[in-house]
Amino acid sequence: MTVILNQSFTGISIGAVLLLIALGLTLTFGQMGVINMAHGEFIMAGAYTTYVLQQSISGAGVSLLVALPLAFLVAGSLGALLEWLLIRRLYTRPLDTLLVTWGVSLMLQQLARDIFGAPNVQTRAPDLLTGNISVGGITLANSRLFILGLALLCVLGLTLVLRLTPLGRRIRAVVQNRDLAEVSGIASEQVDRTTFFIGSGLAGVAGVALTLVGPIGPTTGTNYIVDAFLVVVVGGIGQLKGSVITAFVLGVLQAVLEYSTTISVAKVVVLVAIVAFLQWRPQGLYTLRTRSLA
Amino acid sequence: MLEIKNVRAGYDRSPVLHDTTVTVPNNGVAAVLGHNGAGKSTLLRVAMGLLKPQRGSVLLDGEDITRLAPHQRVARGMAYVPQGQQSFPHLTTAENLQLVADGRSGGKAAIAEVLDLFPVLRELSARRAGLLSGGQRQQLAIARALITSPRLLLLDEPTEGIQPSVVAEIEETVLTLTRRGGLSVLLVEQHVGFAMRAAQRYYILEAGRVTSYGEGGADAEGAVREALSV
Repeated sequence: MTVILNQSFTGISIGAVLLLIALGLTLTFGQMGVINMAHGEFIMAGAYTTYVLQQSISGAGVSLLVALPLAFLVAGSLGALLEWLLIRRLYTRPLDTLLVTWGVSLMLQQLARDIFGAPNVQTRAPDLLTGNISVGGITLANSRLFILGLALLCVLGLTLVLRLTPLGRRIRAVVQNRDLAEVSGIASEQVDRTTFFIGSGLAGVAGVALTLVGPIGPTTGTNYIVDAFLVVVVGGIGQLKGSVITAFVLGVLQAVLEYSTTISVAKVVVLVAIVAFLQWRPQGLYTLRTRSLA
Repeated sequence: MLEIKNVRAGYDRSPVLHDTTVTVPNNGVAAVLGHNGAGKSTLLRVAMGLLKPQRGSVLLDGEDITRLAPHQRVARGMAYVPQGQQSFPHLTTAENLQLVADGRSGGKAAIAEVLDLFPVLRELSARRAGLLSGGQRQQLAIARALITSPRLLLLDEPTEGIQPSVVAEIEETVLTLTRRGGLSVLLVEQHVGFAMRAAQRYYILEAGRVTSYGEGGADAEGAVREALSV
């Protein structure tokens, strides 16, 4: 029993990391329909932001707290720049977007190698996050709990922004009917850039979280990006709650299967399960009928 | 007010409009009539900037706005109610209106004003726009356009596909708005009677060309009907 609970918690924490990474994609891929292969490098940018901060700020706790908003800004700015330079010219050409952003992804990885070196680097976690809590025989790693809290906070924040703020209304309006939004006086291109900024910024926050899980390197983001796209597709394009549920289900499934088999077998089983699910429900868990991918 | 001059426009290589010129008078109503596929909606899309003309220009109060994006035209006092009772289906009625009022000084008052014009929208404020009836959605669409306090309103078949009980109400509202002053209207309409009652000037569009035009008013109705029946 304890073992199952322990594995489930591991699964939930894997899910939390997945969710953080997929959250930005629910905006750029889910809402805007852009397949941005460089999204993983925005995660990496967030992770290296944390690393660089630790070089200059000695307190690990303070640097982590500063890193969260700073990584959001750094990754968000990179995203907005990419949107302005390339993606906005390619909105009607999804396949070209995929290739172009993949190229950008490779360039950013090489840039990271040139600046920080090829080997992975380790950041120090604050003391508060290195310990464990035991609850009824279950061991909960503090860092994992922190990531879970961070993921839920980001979901809450994003939901509130989309539901209640003028910006959120504009984002939803542009997704639902771009032409009508334009003729209603909304500068849709500016909304696109802002949406991309937020989505990429969330990737940066995910990068900060990853520094608590292990060493980070030039390919840190790439390792997670496929899983994150899977979460968004299975959850239902453009649907936040779908991504939340899917991230945790996939995380727990992965953890439980890993325990009873091996990591590779677990990966295969999860992928087969996803393929089977999408055969049955190609539109994903939840759907919103919009022109977002038209 | 608005001059659409020698416009040629269309999709890919097949032009829908050939050398079309239409002018909307200051504080007046110009009606564009014609059969399906004559290019009436295309004309409005060009006027609003959703379609860039291949040739010709669009002038607003003498300023060349041919290259401006639609939202920049809205900022200059234009508003547009497209065909087909369009709305943001997953936003509530209130959000549909609030969206346009956001960041606009006097936005609250503007919302209150359009709700007085269409009281039915007040009761539907929490309902998603996609669940409204066609007539209600058209009232919402007109309300949304009016929130920007436009000087020039483009209306694309405002009563098309709407239950008869609401048609009279919408026609009445359009007439009230145009008679209040301070608003020019470019009206695309199939109902000749309504169009001629509202308009000071009419244009008949056939296969992308203006084939006749003249003074509006009920007296001209017979001539227009004859021109259209050929």
